[in-house]
Amino acid sequence: MKSLPILILLVLSFQCVAGVEYKKFDDPEKEQAYRVLIEELRCLVCQNQTIADSNADLAKDLRRQVYEMLEKGQSQDEIVDFMIARYGDFVMYNPQFKAKTGVLWIAPFVFLLSGFILVWIISRRKKTENNMEAKEQQKQKRAKIKSLLDQGEQ
Amino acid sequence: MLKFITPLILFIAMVIFLAMGLSLNPRDIPSPLINKPAPEFSLPILATPEKVLSKADMAEKVWLLNVWASWCSSCRAEHPVFNELVKMNIVPIIGLNYKDEPWAAQKWLNQLGNPYQVSIMDREGRTGIDYGVYAVPETFVIDKKGLIRYKHTGVVKWNDVQQTLLPMIKQLNAEI
Repeated sequence: MKSLPILILLVLSFQCVAGVEYKKFDDPEKEQAYRVLIEELRCLVCQNQTIADSNADLAKDLRRQVYEMLEKGQSQDEIVDFMIARYGDFVMYNPQFKAKTGVLWIAPFVFLLSGFILVWIISRRKKTENNMEAKEQQKQKRAKIKSLLDQGEQ
Repeated sequence: MLKFITPLILFIAMVIFLAMGLSLNPRDIPSPLINKPAPEFSLPILATPEKVLSKADMAEKVWLLNVWASWCSSCRAEHPVFNELVKMNIVPIIGLNYKDEPWAAQKWLNQLGNPYQVSIMDREGRTGIDYGVYAVPETFVIDKKGLIRYKHTGVVKWNDVQQTLLPMIKQLNAEI
């Protein structure tokens, strides 16, 4: 009876591992490329997972595709191009920089820059306002001093 | 005055962007294959596995490629639409039986009717990858030159047939 919980845990742990199958590589460089690629390709069925994380059928097929292409000696770029030609730029978590994805890459910097410009404009405006106020105060003080002096002379 | 109008304009712009984001369907991923040659295939026919159908067999024709599987419940939902469409006799429909068991697929067709000129078997999903299939059912419209002209992801409703597919088929048939 004692072994039952252990047995249950054992069965459950097998299911966790079953998500991503093991692929055997002879060349460690290819294995490295495989890891990089499956971490970068999006599983289009479960869109917020990479094909490395997903145990969807499509992810499994795409891992097989990547594996076979690497074993055939194709380069990482060739595999990326192959995937983009079929599934579009969305398949990459790190999309290539081109006309279509340009906005995606540039927009954050544009927003950052416009933020800096805004800060600069506001701070400059504040400064001139302060200056104006100071000048106004000085004027009033002078007028007061003058009126006091005028009074004293009488 | 400007002090009140600027935040208001910014707020409205934000609302418009967020509303656009909400109304977009994240499942609708634009296919890079539109207006590109349909990928080549040569796959065994479901009813007669000793024979194959390849893309060349469909040359000079406007045709539909419908990706389906017996395990796909949405396919069941759109099936009557294709049964209806095929009765109009204006376009051949080829079924791409995607990652399915032949016996299950055959049983499915026997039960629900067979609108397909033939169904070809892509048991390992390789042709599926070539066509960028990620959510069955998917339907492709392929023109006389063998170019993919349109892709519909998900269930085809009769409304889609009337508003999109039929006009498109008519237009493509008129092309030389």
